[in-house]
Amino acid sequence: MAVRAAEPVASLDEVREVGLDREDLLAMYRNMLTARGIEERGHILYKQGKIPGSFYTGRGNEAAAVAIGTAMGPNDVGTPLHRDMGVHVTRGVEPWRVFAQYMGREDGPTRGRDGNVHMAVAELGLHAMVSHLPAMLPVATGMALAFKVRGDHRVAIGWFGEGAAARGDTHESMNLAGVRQLPIVYVCDNNQWSYSTPTYLSYPVEHIADRAAAYGFEGVVVDGTDVLAVYREARRAIEKARAGAGPTLLECLTLRMEGHAVHDDAFYVPKEMFERWAESDPIERFRAWLYTNAGMSEDEEMEITSSVKRLLNESLERAEASPLPDPANLADDVFASPEDLDTPHHK
Amino acid sequence: MTYIQAISDSLRTEMRRDPRVFLLGEDVGVYGGAFKVSLGFQEEFGPWRVIDMPLSETAIVGGATGAALMGLRPVAEMQFADFVSCAWDQLVTVAAKQFFRAGTPIPIVVRLPSGGGFSGGPFHSQNPETSFAHIPGLKIVCPSTPHDAKGLLATAIEDPNPVLFFEHKHLYRRIKGEVPEERYTVPFGRASVHRPGDDAVIVTWGAMVYTATAAAEELAKDEFETEVLDLRTLVPWDKEAVLASVQRCSKVLVLHEDTRTGGFGGEIAATIAEEAFEHLDAPVVRVASPDMPVPFAPTLEKAYIQQVEDVAAALRELAAY
Repeated sequence: MAVRAAEPVASLDEVREVGLDREDLLAMYRNMLTARGIEERGHILYKQGKIPGSFYTGRGNEAAAVAIGTAMGPNDVGTPLHRDMGVHVTRGVEPWRVFAQYMGREDGPTRGRDGNVHMAVAELGLHAMVSHLPAMLPVATGMALAFKVRGDHRVAIGWFGEGAAARGDTHESMNLAGVRQLPIVYVCDNNQWSYSTPTYLSYPVEHIADRAAAYGFEGVVVDGTDVLAVYREARRAIEKARAGAGPTLLECLTLRMEGHAVHDDAFYVPKEMFERWAESDPIERFRAWLYTNAGMSEDEEMEITSSVKRLLNESLERAEASPLPDPANLADDVFASPEDLDTPHHK
Repeated sequence: MTYIQAISDSLRTEMRRDPRVFLLGEDVGVYGGAFKVSLGFQEEFGPWRVIDMPLSETAIVGGATGAALMGLRPVAEMQFADFVSCAWDQLVTVAAKQFFRAGTPIPIVVRLPSGGGFSGGPFHSQNPETSFAHIPGLKIVCPSTPHDAKGLLATAIEDPNPVLFFEHKHLYRRIKGEVPEERYTVPFGRASVHRPGDDAVIVTWGAMVYTATAAAEELAKDEFETEVLDLRTLVPWDKEAVLASVQRCSKVLVLHEDTRTGGFGGEIAATIAEEAFEHLDAPVVRVASPDMPVPFAPTLEKAYIQQVEDVAAALRELAAY
């Protein structure tokens, strides 16, 4: 099985064929703006000294993240990473809770126990990442294993970066998924830079997706700045997995438009590379597509832009009102109690 | 019933009563596991509840973690406890911390056939329980009797946390005991008096319970009666029982098969020094394996693992103090 390059989505008719209507497209656009807006405001909070520790953004990856979040079914699950704010937004995380997380407040999904993008709301089917990449890939594979054991028609999505593809976890996960034909889609956020390490020092083949052949499933490379192309491929892969036809490796090619984290000015990325990829900004691209192919009006755009702005302003205010965690409860919850298992998904 | 039969019996009982419980590991299905703990299970429960995994401890423990997050109750088998080093990241980075930081419990059990005594060499003989006892968020179980093995495994499967269940291989077929046919649980954090005595106490767990008991019998010939206190679980460990025995006996020997430096015995000795110093009639004695890899040749291994005569000698010195 050779790796397949995804085609762009040319018209609104093609969009309808893959199960989206015009309203869905506008919602995706809104989610992309929200994801970027959260990170832009987070950056300001960081500069104001309100965010302890470090701060990571996924600028340039908004299309891929929102597309995959949109393609997931309501009961599907996943383990998104630090470039995937769009997944959290699309699945319905409230932005104020993300800001609270950034600031280590009580209302962040981890209640100040973990920082930055190490968060997820399990009720939305997402499970929080760890720093060791891609240690959540075997976990996502285990989720798919559970679906297979139980005969659930659910799919797991495991995200990893091209840098983390160098680790054994990636191989061990995909090997198991291939052997057992598990309902999982592996999404590679290939943003071409693993901290300062370029792709040619991370892997020796042309595409990460080339490796899928070694596990007996399909590998697809898609332009990660094209939200509709990613959506179409993600949807295909997810429904294929749901139908029992096994995993897919979907490689979304983007450029990390900022440093690894906020302290990193990415001096090692050639200027021309940034310039070239800036022309392919996922939000600008989709905006143009919506004007040309979906008849988005200026009024519609204005409504979306201003409502996102309003939401984020309100969210910031609400997050700043959230208390810092009380050290009196420092060592609570190192261990779970039986009643902590009293959740719908643990029964 | 032997120790290993008690473990099989407990697993079978739990799988019959809770459809969420399933096994995954290397060669656990058709072959029944390297030690035959799950022999015949695949016939009874089917290939999707007794899952033969690729040779990947990472995928086994990570897979168990993901399945637990989705509501199943995985029991993962490491073929040998030594191999858990390959799954360190999944246990220590993911499973141990996920509830604290993300609020989602990880109810998994990892079974670990551990310990030496039959020339397993450096990679099939280790007792890595202390390495994991140092990681907050993991529970550590080290049963020594068939009765406790059955009851503690049931408790481990019910527990909402990641539990490392260390089964001492040298006990598997050597140790027999009465085991109730019906299901029961043995609580974590409750030590048991394996042999009564008032003149000294040996605090230990796992296979060393038997070494300690034989050494105590040696000294009983001279009317020196030593209690053997079996901790049964290291996380949580029964501090109250240890301190009560120290108060009563005033002389303490801490014994483990794992190596000495940084071993769990140091934690016990330090706790006694902090909280029961005035009850001691002698310094706490630690007896453990020397700080070196487990050697292969029978002569070397016998010198490495503390034998009855080694413990009896240390106990005699303690008695004479």
